[in-house]
Amino acid sequence: MITVEGLSKRYGGFVAVDDVSFTAKPGQVTGFLGPNGAGKSTTMRIIAGLTPQDRGTATVGGHRFADLPNPSRQVGVLLDASAQHAGRTGREVLTIGALTMGLPMSRVEEMLALVSLTGSESKRRIRNYSLGMRQRLGIAHALLGDPQVLILDEPANGLDPAGIHWMRGLLREYANRGGTVLLSSHLLHEVEVIADELIVIGHGKIQAQGTKSELLQTAGTFVRALEPDLLVSALSQAGVHATPSGDRGMRTDASPEEVGKVAAAAGIVLVELRAAEGAGLEEMFLQLTSDTQRENVPQGASA
Amino acid sequence: MSTATLDQPTVKVESDPIPLSRLVKVELRKLVDTRAGLWLLVAIGVISIVATVVVILVADGGQMTHDTFVNAIGTPLSVLLPVVAILSVTSEWSQRTGLVTFTLEPRRGRTVVAKLLAVLLTGLVTIVIAIGLAAVATLIGSAIKGTDPIWNLGWDGAGSWVLVQLLGLLCAFGFATVLRSSAAAIVVFYAYTFVVTGLLSALAFYQDWFADLWPWVDLNRAQQPLITATMDGQDWVHLATSSGIWIVLPMAVGVWTLLRSEVK
Repeated sequence: MITVEGLSKRYGGFVAVDDVSFTAKPGQVTGFLGPNGAGKSTTMRIIAGLTPQDRGTATVGGHRFADLPNPSRQVGVLLDASAQHAGRTGREVLTIGALTMGLPMSRVEEMLALVSLTGSESKRRIRNYSLGMRQRLGIAHALLGDPQVLILDEPANGLDPAGIHWMRGLLREYANRGGTVLLSSHLLHEVEVIADELIVIGHGKIQAQGTKSELLQTAGTFVRALEPDLLVSALSQAGVHATPSGDRGMRTDASPEEVGKVAAAAGIVLVELRAAEGAGLEEMFLQLTSDTQRENVPQGASA
Repeated sequence: MSTATLDQPTVKVESDPIPLSRLVKVELRKLVDTRAGLWLLVAIGVISIVATVVVILVADGGQMTHDTFVNAIGTPLSVLLPVVAILSVTSEWSQRTGLVTFTLEPRRGRTVVAKLLAVLLTGLVTIVIAIGLAAVATLIGSAIKGTDPIWNLGWDGAGSWVLVQLLGLLCAFGFATVLRSSAAAIVVFYAYTFVVTGLLSALAFYQDWFADLWPWVDLNRAQQPLITATMDGQDWVHLATSSGIWIVLPMAVGVWTLLRSEVK
């Protein structure tokens, strides 16, 4: 369990983290979502005791991180997979971790096998590692002490699709066994597949948080019709506003049931009708974080 | 060891903190587990051997003394050993490994103490090996020249020499904690050792008031009687005050900021 209450951090005039509160519960993957520079990493560094906060508290399992006598046995942390000595081998990084934590060296082999780093790869120097290999090593390092809590900053960065799939499975299983996972990402799709709880942060402030289904409730409907023009006019006659989304598709705030009734009454053939899950969440994400986004995202381009 | 809040702690706290001996062991390992670190120590060994060979080649038979060889090795040692101390601290920042190191042990002071002990231990072992190497060189040198080996180092000489090397290490370590950048710390340390003392000696030459003050404030100047084995009571006081300025003060400031700074 990670509990963050009223956390604030300011750099000169720039407010990096502004009164952030949330909890990450055991048995769940909590996704920490926000654009670059939103305050995710700063929050995570504060939790791990690396950055002193100006206000607020951050505890892991009821304890301040710095009060844990051998913290890596309880909390696995991966903040930046590239923050390793370029001249050290991957195996050596894990060996140093295991030595410090007081673990048997067999644990190093187990973790290398878990993240599929081969014997020869583990003996290479980290300067020769791809970002994906560094992430695997970082995940191995976080899991080394068999912790009950995982804090991972952008762990999917640099992983190939198979790697991301593997990591999802790993974290799902970890949470199912009762572990707590706090996982950050700036990519909605990455988090939405794996997270049970979502925390959306932008401008240093929490913009939305809740279970995935809670956040999806307001998302409306995605519908695709054989003849979209007919559906648009039928919907507008029924007082439902629809915006085009993708090939012959459109999105509305109305429920799928309402849209279905309108289409049936007008005799319009629908080829797809569903709650607009991901797309709706993505719209919310873009909206909530649009002022922190550097790019201007044209409306409707998010389907 | 309970800081339990009203919430039931969900994380069981292991009662065993990481013993300092384990941290020292890890820090010792980190001195040699990278190519840069390993080659630095190998270079120290190779240069020490080269220095003794050069002395045997160029010096005459009467100079085959233990003291000569200790000094021949000591000069490169006092240049390179401090770099070991500097890199031990600064690599946590320049290579950003501090992110992991200070997460493994959030009580940063303990890691700093472990680094200091690891560096001093390495320095001490290196120095003892150097004295041994100098003894071997004395035997070989005098055999080649057909003279008797001269054992003139003595316990006093050896002790002074060890102290000079360790003071250099401590000074470099202090600079490293303040600057936390490999390049900056090495440059500042060399600048102090090789440039500042020269400038101060010029100042002392022209300004009488400074000539008296000099040994009080310059660690390198204060070590001169140590090197020439002419230490008296006043010299020890000089050594203490100048160490305060060049070792204790930087290390205090460095550690104080290091404990409070943000690790990125």
